Amino acid sequence: MTATVGRQAQAAARANDVWKVYGSGEAQVVALRGVSAEFERGRFTAIMGPSGSGKSTLMHCLAGLDSVTRGTVAIGETTVTGLNDAGLTKLRRDKVGFIFQQFNLLPTLTAQENILLPLSIAGRKPDPAWYDTVIDTVGLRDRLGHRPSQLSGGQQQRVACARALVARPEVIFADEPTGNLDSRSGAEVLNFLRNSVREHGQTIVMVTHDPTAAAYADRVIFLADGQIVSELIEPTADTVLDTMKKLDTPAEVAR
Amino acid sequence: MFRATWKSLLARKVRLILSGLAVVLGVMFVSGAFVLTDTLGRSFDQVFADAYEGIDVNVAAEPKVTLGEMEGEPVGAPVPAALVEKVRAVPGVAEATGVVAADGARLIGSNGKVVTSFGPPQLGENWLGESDLVTLREGREPRADDEIVVNAALAQAAKVKVGDRVGVLTLEPKKEFTLVGVFGYSGDRDSIGGANEIAFTTPVAQRLMLGEPDVFTNINVTAADGVADETLRDDVARALGAGFQVKTGEQMSADAAEGLKEGLSFFNKVLLGFAAVALLVGTFLILNTFSIIVAQRTRELALMRAIGASGRQIIGSVVLEAVAVGLIASVLGLAAGIGVGALLAYLFGKLAGGLSLAGLGVPAAAVIGAFAVGLVITMIAALLPALRAARIPPIAAMQDVATPDRPLTKVTVGGAVVTAIGAALLFLGLSGNAGDNTLATILGGVLFAFIGVALLTPLISRPVVSLLGAVFAWSVPGKLGRLNSGRNPRRTAITAAALMVGIALVTGVTVILDSAKGSLSALVEDRIKAELVISGAQSGPRPPSFDPAVLEQAARIPGVQLVDGEYGDMASIDGQRTWVGASSNVAALERMFGAKAVAGDISRLGPEEMLVSSDTAKSRNVSVGSQVTVQLSRGEARTYTVSGIYESSQLTNPAVLPPQATKDFAVPQPIQGFVQLAPGARVADVQPQLERLLADSPEVSVADRDAFIKQQTSQVDTLLTMIQILLALAIVIAVLGIINTLALSVLERTRELGLLRAIGLRRAQTMRMITVEAVVISIFGALLGVVVGTGLGAAVVEALKDEGITDLILPWGQMAVFLGLAAIIGVIAAVLPAVRAARINVLGAIAHD
Ligand SMILES: Nc1ncnc2c1ncn2[C@@H]1O[C@H](COP(=O)(O)OP(=O)(O)OP(=O)(O)O)[C@@H](O)[C@H]1O
Ligand SMILES: [Mg+2]
Repeated sequence: MTATVGRQAQAAARANDVWKVYGSGEAQVVALRGVSAEFERGRFTAIMGPSGSGKSTLMHCLAGLDSVTRGTVAIGETTVTGLNDAGLTKLRRDKVGFIFQQFNLLPTLTAQENILLPLSIAGRKPDPAWYDTVIDTVGLRDRLGHRPSQLSGGQQQRVACARALVARPEVIFADEPTGNLDSRSGAEVLNFLRNSVREHGQTIVMVTHDPTAAAYADRVIFLADGQIVSELIEPTADTVLDTMKKLDTPAEVAR
Repeated sequence: MFRATWKSLLARKVRLILSGLAVVLGVMFVSGAFVLTDTLGRSFDQVFADAYEGIDVNVAAEPKVTLGEMEGEPVGAPVPAALVEKVRAVPGVAEATGVVAADGARLIGSNGKVVTSFGPPQLGENWLGESDLVTLREGREPRADDEIVVNAALAQAAKVKVGDRVGVLTLEPKKEFTLVGVFGYSGDRDSIGGANEIAFTTPVAQRLMLGEPDVFTNINVTAADGVADETLRDDVARALGAGFQVKTGEQMSADAAEGLKEGLSFFNKVLLGFAAVALLVGTFLILNTFSIIVAQRTRELALMRAIGASGRQIIGSVVLEAVAVGLIASVLGLAAGIGVGALLAYLFGKLAGGLSLAGLGVPAAAVIGAFAVGLVITMIAALLPALRAARIPPIAAMQDVATPDRPLTKVTVGGAVVTAIGAALLFLGLSGNAGDNTLATILGGVLFAFIGVALLTPLISRPVVSLLGAVFAWSVPGKLGRLNSGRNPRRTAITAAALMVGIALVTGVTVILDSAKGSLSALVEDRIKAELVISGAQSGPRPPSFDPAVLEQAARIPGVQLVDGEYGDMASIDGQRTWVGASSNVAALERMFGAKAVAGDISRLGPEEMLVSSDTAKSRNVSVGSQVTVQLSRGEARTYTVSGIYESSQLTNPAVLPPQATKDFAVPQPIQGFVQLAPGARVADVQPQLERLLADSPEVSVADRDAFIKQQTSQVDTLLTMIQILLALAIVIAVLGIINTLALSVLERTRELGLLRAIGLRRAQTMRMITVEAVVISIFGALLGVVVGTGLGAAVVEALKDEGITDLILPWGQMAVFLGLAAIIGVIAAVLPAVRAARINVLGAIAHD
């Protein structure tokens, strides 16, 4: 099934009949079976599903971190599928941002240096006004000189968010960004992500296990067994939880 | 990006310091060698400039036999005294002085021992009076035939003072003189360049140093005012005609310095060769460090890739790190090298009898060499890890799993190919088919062999390491340590390979030299039928010698059956340089040295006859009855008739002249004596009597056969020790490598070690575990080294079969020592990492991400 767009907007990322097969023979695992999805610009999409359902795989494929077995992936105008290493590097520099669950920051660099790392790698100067906005939104101005080891987990994740935002990518992919955080720090990070979508028109795709986290998104798509099985627009924690319960008993899921 | 690299470099400084240290040591060796040879070179320039100071033009005769490099000092042909007048008559000459100055005047010190010299000459001269350069510090000039004066340096070395009766050895046996004065040089110098000088009256100097009356070594010419040295030189040369070397003082000093500098440059090359070995080992070490660091930074590098770094930027960042390490190491190495070079130059100056050193200089070669070597080596070593780093996929940032062990097929195939190339080059070089490039081919072969074996080691490491480790498997920590050392075959292999290089070279050299020694002693044992041997150790350019009268006296000692004195000289036979011998007793050739006649009669020799060896006969195309022209170091060329040909062996000379010829030898006295006892006579009875006869020939001593063999092979032992010392540096670097690898592994396994500690492994057990790992790696390296070294040594010995190294002797004892040493090295290398591992905070390690 195709998760369709509610609002009329151009897609920031698109998956078209994506299959992903790991290994071969006995050890073969089909992680994605014909997933098609569009992620509109300026919206916050959450991907949910049981463990092993292929959420991370889908995200890696969308971001060009992993190749697809079949189908195509596009970010904005760029078709990701078939790009060589140089093309992928350019894509990562210009179009995509990442926030991982852990190990987001280089331990040897300060918070500020970490935030500016993607730009300095690309040899670009930050837009000072935007940089200030980002720093103020994440609220880390007084911590900029600190090393990751001197920051709390929530602060580290916010640094990671700032790093993803500061380059103004087409789309930010976040894989369980709050997975390691307590609910308060998690909420801080999620608020921040939602604000960047609402106020600055950033596109974000986030994988999460947590219904509360998903409720921050504009839209949730549900994966099970490598396929998109359901979708919610303007979710609340309750509606998400409901859908998840239904997914636990696959027979009841309406297709 | 640059900042990220720099910061990560700083964060890992401790790890990099160790690998940097390897480069520092290598660079130190290189720049030290240049500084040393440059300083010595300039010092000698000064010495020769001093020595020829005040000489405007010098006249000497062409030497009778020109010697090649490393063949010793040629004996200059004497200049007839009448020539002095002739030179004086040349217009523009203010003064011409006949000078006697020849090497080989040995003073017997107050302790009864001959004062020896390593390098600077021991000149016997005629006293020319005081001058701007020379002043008497004590006493007066020599007036009578039994009076001498010596320079202050020699007086100090011999501990003699004015008024003493002293013995002097020259071309003639010991003569007694009264020391009547001590002289020094302008500028309060005790010697010029460490030379010992004894000045006699002119007739005595001529007789003792040149062997003829009314001749001089050379003529010093002073130019009249306003006459240029060059003009005078040309005028004198024209006046004298062919057969003389007429040079200006400047030319003399430049020529003398030139000859010495060739020696220095050879010395420099030898040192650089050893530096190259150290650097090869250092390369392995740096390669390993960077590989480990890249492996440990996999996630970090993947993260960089995920946020947009290109593969080239990753390579750049690793190489940049290498450049930084190389640069810092080069600077430190250069500084250390200057220090070491200065220190060695100072020690050399002391050893060479007070050579006054020119100021310390840092030649451009030292600086360029240091940076080129330091930077290039680190960058080459970092290149592979950098390429590997660039291949890390960005997705690795999200995965916890380490990159899986890559299969060893590629490395093994590569290793086999490289080893085969090395073996082929060695074969080509050793079989003598490489022409002028023999040495380069052999060295290339050794290098390829080392790299090839290093590549093969990961494959070998698994079974060997698990076998070695089995020894330690009786305890849990031992078992863990053994498993750890087998865990990363590449890492273990490179670490072991670094040690292998040093040990292999030491073993190889030991095999070759031991075989040479063994072959020689077997030959002496087998062939020489003499119970007692008279000989001495050579330190200067000429071999020690003794009074020929001793030979006749020795023959009269009861129980002595046959006595033979051996003489030798570098002669020119039909225009080609050949070493010739002479025996006081020609019959000894058969009866004492087991020579067999091939043609003619070799048991007797007339004054116009000579014997040649079968090799010489073949190469010179002579047979019994041939007429041969022989020019010895002194005297005129003479024609001899070949009366016999003997079979060549290691112990026979290429040609044998009659005893009458020895008066024209550079050393006209016997240099070795062989004494054969009658059946039933006892060595212990004869030896003391023989020793008494030699009281006036303190340069030589009497040895029985075993002692003689030892004496003969002692130089080989010295050489071996020197090579071992020089190679020790490579082994030290390899030890650094083991420390580094272990330290990095401990760091990498912080979590695991914490876990082990948490479940009850005691501190001491943790340390034992690390120690076992180190010992297994180092014994593995030593084992490889011993095997590879034996192979290389055996190959060389095989190739040298025709040169007389007939027996392959494997130094089992030494090999066992190397293995034992390796175990100790392992324990030492483990100390720091083990302490570090034992100190790991259990809680911190488990929480550590
Ligand atoms: N590199 C890989 N090799 C083989 N199989 C893989 C690989 N990565 C993922 N898989 C498999 O693909 C399937 C989907 O994995 P994926 O990581 O996308 O799940 P997920 O939905 O992110 O799960 P979780 O919520 O636990 O993170 C799983 O069955 C997993 O075992
Ligand atoms: Mg996942």
